Amino acid sequence: MIEVRNLSKYFRDKKRGEIRAADDISFRCLPGQIYGLLGANGAGKTTTLRMLATILEPTSGTAIVCGHDIVEHPEKVRACVGFLSTATALYPRLTARELVQYFGRLNGLGDDVLKTRVDKIFDRLDMNGFRDRRCDKLSTGMKQKTSIARTLVHDPAVMIFDEPTLGLDIMTARAITAFIRECRDLGKTVIFSTHIMSEVEKLCDVIGIIANGKLLAEGTLQQLREKYGEQDLEEIFVKVVAPHYVSSEDH
Amino acid sequence: MSLRNVGIVYRKELTEALRDRRTMVSSILIPLFLFPVLTFGIGYAFVEIAGEASREPSKIMVLGGEDSPDVLQQLRGARNLRVVPRSTDYVDLISDKKIRAAVDIPPGFQADVTRGERPEVKIYIFKDDLKSMLSATRVERLFTEYRDSLVRRRLASENLPATLMKPFDVEQQNVVSDEKVAGESYGGLITYLVILMCMTGAMYPAMDLTAGEKERGTMETILSSPIDRTHLVFGKFFVVLTASLATATLSVISMGGSFAILARFAKEQSIGEGFPMLTMHPRTVIAVFVMALPVAVLFSAVLMTISLFAKTFKEAQSYLTPMTFIVIVPAIAAVLPGIELTSKLALVPILNVSLLCKELVTGTYHWNYIALIFFCTCLYAGIALFLAVKMFQRESVLFSS
Repeated sequence: MIEVRNLSKYFRDKKRGEIRAADDISFRCLPGQIYGLLGANGAGKTTTLRMLATILEPTSGTAIVCGHDIVEHPEKVRACVGFLSTATALYPRLTARELVQYFGRLNGLGDDVLKTRVDKIFDRLDMNGFRDRRCDKLSTGMKQKTSIARTLVHDPAVMIFDEPTLGLDIMTARAITAFIRECRDLGKTVIFSTHIMSEVEKLCDVIGIIANGKLLAEGTLQQLREKYGEQDLEEIFVKVVAPHYVSSEDH
Repeated sequence: MSLRNVGIVYRKELTEALRDRRTMVSSILIPLFLFPVLTFGIGYAFVEIAGEASREPSKIMVLGGEDSPDVLQQLRGARNLRVVPRSTDYVDLISDKKIRAAVDIPPGFQADVTRGERPEVKIYIFKDDLKSMLSATRVERLFTEYRDSLVRRRLASENLPATLMKPFDVEQQNVVSDEKVAGESYGGLITYLVILMCMTGAMYPAMDLTAGEKERGTMETILSSPIDRTHLVFGKFFVVLTASLATATLSVISMGGSFAILARFAKEQSIGEGFPMLTMHPRTVIAVFVMALPVAVLFSAVLMTISLFAKTFKEAQSYLTPMTFIVIVPAIAAVLPGIELTSKLALVPILNVSLLCKELVTGTYHWNYIALIFFCTCLYAGIALFLAVKMFQRESVLFSS
């Protein structure tokens, strides 16, 4: 469970002064649901998710993730979160197995538990063919699987995906979306960000539309359709965002 | 502080470092091969050049002296001199190194000498040019011998004893142990080397573990794991420190080995007489390393902190290059003769350790200074480490984009 309470993040920029990357955002994601954060580039998706993963500290407000406050106990939050984005690369000089083991150890797993856990994950993701190959020698698909294995090794209750399919080919992207569904079916709380409408339509139980750091609309796809009188999500998105729109080039 | 977590990070970073060709080259291969190559290369060149210069006769010109046949004959007959025909452009010839020196014998030299008039012979040289100085020495020695033989002949003709002109002898004698002599000759160099190698060894991993991590996009991955950022910094820091000390140790071993082999070779060939050979007590080596330890800590922490500000490896390199000069200057200053340890200099980082180690190598232990400098360097190292930890908490530094 994730409960976001008035979460804000301001950056200082020499040229443009204060930037409100996230501005008073509040929402809830429930276990067994996928929450989709939909927004254009620079809307504040990454900043929000990085704060939830405690990689960034909020300027004000907070969030409760698996019962822990992200400001008060960031380590405890990280221990129950799996974070995956296109920016979370792998250590090139470690093998796939060493990498997953490393993150297991950092999560406090003992050697016995770690071994069974890693074996299980590698079987399930069909990774045994390249388990001892170095990460810099893996194909994109293999890397993606290794990343997934890394986020799963400590069996987190919350999964955070920041534009996980960005720049991936169709087959790899499909594998990721399948994995996101699987997480939901396992009863995990899932939040993911994207700017691809079709992904949101297919995957999300709840949709939040974000622009200029503000959460402008929220609800199930059905609720949004009714509220804005449009069937197509893209039309809904434009209706919501257009009055607030600042193109990412100005950003 | 969880040692387990620091240990996990340390083991992983070390594994990666050992698998990185660039780290292995800069931290292990270079120190292992640089010193033998340098020692033998320079030693060989020195022996060759010095040997060639001593075998080859010096080309000189004699100006005047037609009325002094004795001297002229001796100059022409000298095996280590070759007299070239006279010309008026001898200054240009010396400047262009076509000839090494010109001897100016005044008119009526021999007659003046016989009359006891004390004439003056001039040797024109290219100052500080090795071969020119050598030729001058040869000419001067020839004249000195000529003068001495004249003196002896005159004393004999007057029936006076030879000791009249030289009633007593003066001789210098070394009373200090070989260890101290070698320390005085090489102490500065060794210290400089240990300090420089502490820095060289730390440099590459410091960049790789910070800016390299950002460049490869693994920073976000590691920050999303539950590890405390302080533990992360310490794990990384210890890897950088390990590399720094490993490089310094390997350099000293490889240099010591090269010197020992060179010393034996020189002994067999009976060259390098009176050349102080490097003999170091194990105690001294340990003392130098103990003093180098806080310096290595200081370098590791400072280099890591600075490279953390860079987004890429290349950028980190351009930040650290000026650092090399900042470190080299005090280390070189300590090698210069005449600079000695004072309580003020004892507070200057790097310079203080260089000066102290120079003393340690000669076997002198100033315990007050040792305590003060060790404490000082530890303090600076502590501050640098604290800064490294602080910078790792700053989002603007970690995500500078």
